[in-house]
Amino acid sequence: MLHTVNKSSFERNSLQSCLNTIDDSSVILLIEDGVISAAKNTKSPMLADLAAQGRVFALQGDVEARGISSKVADNIKLVDYAGFVDLVVEHGTAVSWL
Amino acid sequence: MATKKFMYLNRKAPYGTVYALESLEVVLIAAAFEQDVSLAFIDDGVYQIVEGQNPEGIGMKNFSKTYHALGDYDIKQLFVSAESLEERGLSIDDLMPLVWEDEDEDWAEKPSIQVVSNAELTKLMSDQDVCLSF
Repeated sequence: MLHTVNKSSFERNSLQSCLNTIDDSSVILLIEDGVISAAKNTKSPMLADLAAQGRVFALQGDVEARGISSKVADNIKLVDYAGFVDLVVEHGTAVSWL
Repeated sequence: MATKKFMYLNRKAPYGTVYALESLEVVLIAAAFEQDVSLAFIDDGVYQIVEGQNPEGIGMKNFSKTYHALGDYDIKQLFVSAESLEERGLSIDDLMPLVWEDEDEDWAEKPSIQVVSNAELTKLMSDQDVCLSF
């Protein structure tokens, strides 16, 4: 499954709810204000674990919009809109954590 | 017209919601009426004044440039929460170098941004006539 999160984890608990219910093969794509959680020092050990397994992505346009390109954690992969489509195709059912 | 002290509290990141842009619009209106305006950036609001924003990829207007115009509207005080910056792994070096020009010192450019503690913000807020939160 593909899980998209579009809220900052400082603002809402969407990311935490997603992390609480995610299975071992799912991936997370951070979009819109969700990309704020891709920055270093946002203190989510569980997201860091998933990122280390190559299972966390962030939408590049949203990262660049917020001026945080240089802050993105090393293991989080940036994708463009075409990459977003690829993730949807590859992982089937998508869940939006709003 | 009597002058009042207005403080605008900015708590949301830009682009994901319209709060940041709307706040900026209202700030400019108050400044045009020659009120005593200051801004505070707390929580995710600190992302509004991060240097190097480029929303081209998401098809939105880069309104971060407008913050550079605040000095020309006589808005000289932009307070930023030290705690909010620190929680996000940011420092004043990650923010835009916003300035105002001091008429009394041959238009010397002076920094507008002041990083303050939440305790100091509490005090600043209590000095206001009006606080508007976005």
